[in-house]
Amino acid sequence: MKKPPRWATELLRWWGDPDTLEEVQGDLFELYAYWVETVGERKARWRYSVNVLKLMRPLANRKATEHDPIRNAVPPFFLSPAMLRNYLKIALRNLVKNRVYSFINIGGLAVGMAVAMLIGLWIYDELSYDRYFQNYGRIAKVMQTGEFNGEVFHGEYNPAPIGPELRKIYADDFSHVIMSSWTSDHILAYGDNKFTKTGNYLSADAPDMLTLKMLSGTRAGLKDPASILLSESVAQALFGTTDAVGKLIKIDNKLDVKVTGVYEDFPYNTEFRDMKFIAPWDLYVSSEAWVKRAQDNVEWGNFSWQVLAQIAPNATFEGVSEKIKDVRLKHNPEVAFIKPRVYLQPMSKWHLYSGWDKSGNLEGRIQYVWLFGIIGVFVLLLACINFMNLSTARSEKRAKEVGIRKAVGSVRSQLIAQFFSESLLVVTFAFALSIVLVLLILPLFNEIADKKIGILWTNPIFWLTGIGFSLLTGLIAGSYPALYLSSFQAVKVLKGTFRVGRFASIPRQVLVVIQFTVSVTLIIGTIIVFRQIQYAKSRPVGYDRSGLITVAMNTPELHQHYNALRDDLIRTGAVMDMSTSSTPATDLNSQNSGFSWEGKDPNFKESFGTIAVTHDFGKTVGWQFVQGRDFSRQFPSDSSGMVINETAARYMGLKDPVGKQMKWNGKTFRIVGIIKDMLMASPFEPVFQTVYMLDYGWASVINIKLNPNRSTRESLAKIETVFRKFNPGSPFDYRFTDQQYALKFAAEERIGKLASGFAILAILISCLGLFGLASFVAEQRTKEIGVRKVLGASVFSVWGLLSKDFVLLVIISFGIATPIAYYFLGNWLHKYEYRTELSWWIFVVSGAGALAVTLLTVSYQSIKAALLNPVKSLRSE
Amino acid sequence: MKRAFLGEFEEIVLLTVAILGESAYGVTVTQEIEQKTGRSVGFSTVHTTLQRLAEKGFLASEMGGATAERGGRRKRFFSVTAAGRRALQEVKQVREELWNALPPQTLQLMGN
Repeated sequence: MKKPPRWATELLRWWGDPDTLEEVQGDLFELYAYWVETVGERKARWRYSVNVLKLMRPLANRKATEHDPIRNAVPPFFLSPAMLRNYLKIALRNLVKNRVYSFINIGGLAVGMAVAMLIGLWIYDELSYDRYFQNYGRIAKVMQTGEFNGEVFHGEYNPAPIGPELRKIYADDFSHVIMSSWTSDHILAYGDNKFTKTGNYLSADAPDMLTLKMLSGTRAGLKDPASILLSESVAQALFGTTDAVGKLIKIDNKLDVKVTGVYEDFPYNTEFRDMKFIAPWDLYVSSEAWVKRAQDNVEWGNFSWQVLAQIAPNATFEGVSEKIKDVRLKHNPEVAFIKPRVYLQPMSKWHLYSGWDKSGNLEGRIQYVWLFGIIGVFVLLLACINFMNLSTARSEKRAKEVGIRKAVGSVRSQLIAQFFSESLLVVTFAFALSIVLVLLILPLFNEIADKKIGILWTNPIFWLTGIGFSLLTGLIAGSYPALYLSSFQAVKVLKGTFRVGRFASIPRQVLVVIQFTVSVTLIIGTIIVFRQIQYAKSRPVGYDRSGLITVAMNTPELHQHYNALRDDLIRTGAVMDMSTSSTPATDLNSQNSGFSWEGKDPNFKESFGTIAVTHDFGKTVGWQFVQGRDFSRQFPSDSSGMVINETAARYMGLKDPVGKQMKWNGKTFRIVGIIKDMLMASPFEPVFQTVYMLDYGWASVINIKLNPNRSTRESLAKIETVFRKFNPGSPFDYRFTDQQYALKFAAEERIGKLASGFAILAILISCLGLFGLASFVAEQRTKEIGVRKVLGASVFSVWGLLSKDFVLLVIISFGIATPIAYYFLGNWLHKYEYRTELSWWIFVVSGAGALAVTLLTVSYQSIKAALLNPVKSLRSE
Repeated sequence: MKRAFLGEFEEIVLLTVAILGESAYGVTVTQEIEQKTGRSVGFSTVHTTLQRLAEKGFLASEMGGATAERGGRRKRFFSVTAAGRRALQEVKQVREELWNALPPQTLQLMGN
C-alpha cells in the first residue's frame, strides 16, 4: 500500500495537538486507505494534506473558537483589532512626540541597513561574476606554472601548438579548446564610419563555448575565415538600425571581413565584457606572419597566446589538469629546470582569485569581498547597537505608561507584544527608508566601485534577507523594553519608588565601546590606505610624464611612412619630439631570458625586461643617465647598442657596465649607458631589471612629447591633421601617459574611497547614537544639574561631569582598536613591496579625531543642560 | 434556564454518533455523514466538532482498538452522554414545535 505524504505526517507530528495526536494519526491513516480506494491516490494525497494542514494547532483552535460563544467573549489579545489599533496609535504618537530621537533612531538604522545592502549587492555582484556563461562550471584557462630562481610563477601565456595538441591528444577530455589572441584595440571601418573597438581573435567554436546569444546571424558564422561577429553595441555604432549581417567591413585597415552575426553584449560583470567583436583565429594566423610562423613551425618556446577550454561533461578540472601537466615538458625538455606544469584554471576562480602570493596560494579580490563583507557587518552592527541603545534608554521613560497599563488590566504578554510591535514598526520604517537611500546612492556607488549594480527587485533571497534581518533587529532591539519593562510592578512605578539599577547602563556602555572601536579602526585603516597610495605616487618614476601622449601603431601605413610622419609632426611646432617603442612607458609587457655577459655565473637563470626603442625615445620621455650616454645617430654602431637601467646594472653584478658586451638571441649588444630606473610596471613593486635596444621594426606605439608652450588642445588638433594625412584608415586615438599612470592606482584608490566612505558613515552612525544617549543622560540628570548649579557649580564643571563618562568610553575603545588595526593593516601593507610605515602618529591622530568628534557631539547636549536655569529644572516638583 | 446550544453541524455529528452506537470514532463518523447526507465533509471538521462536543459534555470517549491499517494506533470511541441525549431531545422538540406551529396552508404549499 502506498503511504500518505511523509511531510504531512511529520507536520502533524510536530504541530498537531498532542492530546489527540494518536487517534488523529490513526484515523487519517485509515481514511487515507479508504480514499485511495474510493477516489484514487492523487486525490487521497490531496485530502490527506489538506486535513493535516487544517488540523495544525493554531488553525484548529481558531476554528474551534469561532463556533464557541464562551471563548469568543475573550479573544486572544493579539487578534484584537482594537488593541492593535491602540498600540499603533501610541507607537506613532511616541515617535512624533520625540522627533529627534525618532529621527536618530530610524535614520541611523536606515543608513546602516543601506550600507549593508550596498555591500551585500556588491558582494553578490562579485560572486556572480561570469555566471552569465551557461558553461560556467566547465570553462577554464590553460595556465603555465613553474619555478624560476626559487620563485613560483604562474602565467596564462601559452605557445601556439598547445591548442592543437590538447584538441588532438586529449580529445576525450575537452569539449572545446579555443585559441585566443588578447582583447585589444582594433579599428573597425565601414565606409566612412571608423571606430576603435576592443575585440579578440578566437577559434571558430568559441561562440558555442561562450554560448553567445545571437541576435542575428549564427554562431557558426565564425567558421568562415573572413568573417566577424559583432556585439550589439558595435553593430549599432557601425550600421545604426540597418541589418549588419552580410555587410563587409575592414579590420585595422587591412583585413576585409563579412559580418556573419550579431550577439548580445556580454554583461558588465563578465571577464569578456570588453570583447566587443570576435574575429576568427584563422584570420589572425594568416594575417600575422609571426603567429603563422609560430603555428606552422610548432614553436613551443613562444608564449604569446591565451588558450581557453571547456572540459568534457564527465571530466573534472583536477583530473584533466593532472593529465595535461607534462605537455610542455614533453615538447620542451630543456626547460625541465623550471619544473614546468600545465594546468586548468576554472572560470569560477578567474575573477576572485586572480593572483598568487609568494608561497603560491591563490589570492585576489576575494580578500576585498571579505574585507567589505566584514565592514558591512560592522556598520550594520553599529546601527543596530544605536537602535538598541536608544530604544532601551527611551523605554525607561515609559515606565509610568507600563504602570498605568498594568493598573488598568494589561497582562504581561500584552505589554510584551506592544513593545515588540512598536520596535518592529520602527524597523519597518527604517527598512523602507534604506531602500530609498540605496536607490539614491547606487549611481554614485557604481561609479566609484566600477560596477553596474541594480537592486535585485525580483530576487527572493534579497527580500528574505532584508525582511529577515529587519525582523531580527526589531526583536533584539525590542527585547529589553519588552521583557524588562513589562516586569515592573505597577504599584512601585506609580508610587515613584521605582529606581533603575546602578548597573542598568553597563550594557549600553559596552555597546558604545564596541561602536567606537569599529569607528576608530576604520579611521586608522582609511588613513593608512591613503598614505600607502600617496607613498607610491610620490615615488620617482625616472621619466617625465607631463605632456606625453602615446598613439597606437595599428596600421601598416604608420610603419611605412614613419620618417615622413615624424618630419611633418615636428614641423607643426606642436611636438617637441617623437619616437616609437615596443610598449608605452607605463607598461612593461615583455620579459626574456637567454642573456649572457662577461663574468655571468653560468647557473644564474636571468630574466630581463626587454624594450625596443628608437633613437629619440630618450629625449621624448626624458629619461636620465647615471652613466654613459643615450643612443645617438652619430654612432652607427649604436644599432647594436643597449641602454640598461640601474637595477639591471646591479642585477648583472658588473662594476663598470658601460662599454661591456651582452649577448642575446645570438646577437651581441654593447652597453652604451645606464639610466635611472624608469618605473614602468606596478608602482608598488621594485623596478624590474630592464634593457632598451634600438629596433625600428619592433614598434607598437608612437610616443609624442607635446610642446609645453602651446595649449594642449591646439597641439592635438595639429597632430590629428598630420595623422589623418598619413593614416586615413583609422580614427586618431591617443592616450595621456599621466592618465595611464594614474590608472595603476585605480584599484587602491577605489578601496580607499569605499573604505573612507564607510568609515565616515560608521562614525556618523556612532555619533548619532552618542548624541541620542548624551541627550538622554542630560535629561535624566536635569534635577541633579539643577541642584549642583544652585550649590555653585560652574557651567564648565557641569560640562566636564557630563562629558567625562563618554570620553572615558572612547579612550577605552581606542585602546582596543589600536592593536586590532595594527595587526590587520600590518598584514595588508605587507603584500606591497613598497609600503609606507605604520607610524605612531596615525594612531594618535585617529584617536584624537575620534575624541574630538565625541566631545563635539556630547558637548552640545551637556552645555545645553549646563546652561539651563536651575529654577526651571527644579520647579517641576 | 440555560439551554444546550447545538450548531447545525454539531447536531448532525451528535446524531451520527448516536446512530453508530458502539463503533463511533473519527473515521466511521466521517464516512457515515458522507453517505447519509451526501455532502463531503473534511475529517478535520468532524474531528474538531467531536472534540468540541466532548468539551461541552455531550460526548464521552475512551481509547481502544488498535489495528494494523492504522499503523498500530488506538481509536478514540465516542458515546453520547445523558447531557447529549437531552440536548438532542431538546433540539428535536424545538423542531417539532416549530413544525406543528406551521399554518396548514403553508404546509400544503410545501408539498405535504
